[in-house]
Amino acid sequence: MKINNIILRTVAKLVFFIILTLAVYLFFAGHNSPGGGFSGGLVLASALVLLFIVYDIETIQKGLPIDFKLVAAFGAFLSVGTGFGALVFGANFLTQAFDYFDIPFFGEIELTTVTIFEAGVALAVVGVVVTILLSISEDE
Amino acid sequence: MSNLIVMPMALPVLFGIILLFLRPYVKVQRGLSLLVFVANIGISAYVLHLIQQNGVLRLDFGGWEPPFGILFVADSFSMLLVLAASIVAAVCLIYSFSSVEPSFEKNFYYSFVLFLIAGVNGSFLTGDIFNLFVCFEIMLLASYVLIVFGGKKRQLRESIKYVIVNVVSSWIFLVAIAYIYGSVGTLNMAHIAERVAENGQTATLTVVSIVFLTVFALKAGLFLYFWLPGSYSVPITPVAAMFGALLTKVGIYAMFRMFTLIFYHEPQMTHTIIGILAGLTLIGGSIGAVAYKDLRLVASYNVVIAVGFILVGLAVATPAAIEGSIYYLIHDIIIKASLFLLVGTMIAVTGQTKMDEISGLIKNHPLLGWLFFLTTLSLAGIPPLSGFIGKVLVGEGAVEGGAYVLLALAFISSIFVLYSLMRIFLTSFWGETIISKDEEAPAKKGWSVAMCILALGTIALGLGAESMSVYVQDAAETLLNPQIYIDAVLGEN
Repeated sequence: MKINNIILRTVAKLVFFIILTLAVYLFFAGHNSPGGGFSGGLVLASALVLLFIVYDIETIQKGLPIDFKLVAAFGAFLSVGTGFGALVFGANFLTQAFDYFDIPFFGEIELTTVTIFEAGVALAVVGVVVTILLSISEDE
Repeated sequence: MSNLIVMPMALPVLFGIILLFLRPYVKVQRGLSLLVFVANIGISAYVLHLIQQNGVLRLDFGGWEPPFGILFVADSFSMLLVLAASIVAAVCLIYSFSSVEPSFEKNFYYSFVLFLIAGVNGSFLTGDIFNLFVCFEIMLLASYVLIVFGGKKRQLRESIKYVIVNVVSSWIFLVAIAYIYGSVGTLNMAHIAERVAENGQTATLTVVSIVFLTVFALKAGLFLYFWLPGSYSVPITPVAAMFGALLTKVGIYAMFRMFTLIFYHEPQMTHTIIGILAGLTLIGGSIGAVAYKDLRLVASYNVVIAVGFILVGLAVATPAAIEGSIYYLIHDIIIKASLFLLVGTMIAVTGQTKMDEISGLIKNHPLLGWLFFLTTLSLAGIPPLSGFIGKVLVGEGAVEGGAYVLLALAFISSIFVLYSLMRIFLTSFWGETIISKDEEAPAKKGWSVAMCILALGTIALGLGAESMSVYVQDAAETLLNPQIYIDAVLGEN
């Protein structure tokens, strides 16, 4: 049965980017204020879930040919990898470092290794949430 | 500070993740996972040696000092268990190479084995009670996946029970952690121990300790073992061996930690309850072990008996008894893996699960028969095999502590162990050979290699008890003097 959901589709296209912006904001707010990789990742995943619901799974998979299981694995690898990265510098496992850099146009900003860790968490969350959703939808 | 301490957990996690990318390359997966466990054996042996020289080691993650950060603490007790767990994991992996179906291997079997062992090792090493919960969960999540490999109806039925029991007990665990955080305001185990010792173990704290006891009793199968025989008898052989050898031991470890480090001030309350539960476990396990004819159920009830036996040592809590429990714990990790592998092999070879449907197996499988006999003797505690020293020391401790009822139950249960396994040996290995060699499924070489390593392990542990005693005594001393552990964690680096 073909449902005529033109309004939903049009709104979804617009809302998708708003959700993505929120996800990016939450992700970068993460290590100093409420937010972080987990909530950022969940919001990001919800944007993808919206697409999967509004359009059908095949269309989205054609546009985004990614194996989300591998996304989750890559995210986990990134997070654990930063833990091991500390060993290279002779610090304790999972030690995080940060410093301030002058970057043209943006001015002085704080760059931290915790962002890499959080990026890993975000990817793992996105991968897992989408994998769960796709597995449930396949289960007929 | 020594980053080596985290390796027994971090290496399996890292390689477990890397293997997710190597899904089609089964040979690489096998090689890497075996490499991780062999590396872990080396690391844990080295750290064990290091502890004898430098005392208890700790690692503050990210440089956050205790009691604020999370940390791993390695004392002889944890490290001995990590070493035994790594050896058993490596052996079960060797057994897996020739027994696990290729379709499982391509569906992340090795990753989940690595995650399981990461959780087990993490639980042994962590010095933070919430982190203990997390490591328990890592271990359990991996075990939920491993238990259903095979997808048989029976497996699905038992795994639903297993998941429900464990989710409920994890919830109680969380509640218990909330209680302890509410009453002492910290989650670092050494810090909790210090505060409990300073303020006295009030009635509230004793109640909290009983909540913890309930959780760990559920996980270890101490009296609350109703779920155990069913769940441990359904997975494929190498997984069953890892479950039987390791999962209950994590619960036992947690009980030892909690009731020697933190809640040792009211032994007439807490340790009496542990003693009663251990006694009931011994009785229930013994009845179960002789009641069934299904080989896997007999093996599972033997796990239950061992849990009771080890906790007799904790209930008595004299130096000899604790030492005996540690010996027996290590012995039991190795020998239970061996028992489950043997039973699994018998079933795989004959295709039958009941002991009276198998007969005369020794004619075609002499090695299997004699390994089974050796395992039986070791479990019963016949010298010079590894069960002997643990049993003698626990017995000695029970006499010192005047716990004669527990002493009697512990040794009568040994007779039940001997009877239950001898019965299998007599009916299944002796007698007329029903199945000819051609009708049997062929036994593979990897199987006997794995089982021979474990048999050598039990002989070595029995004969080498003297050289092990340095480490075991140190482990018992740290358990009996919580101040050593507390100083190592909260003192200066």
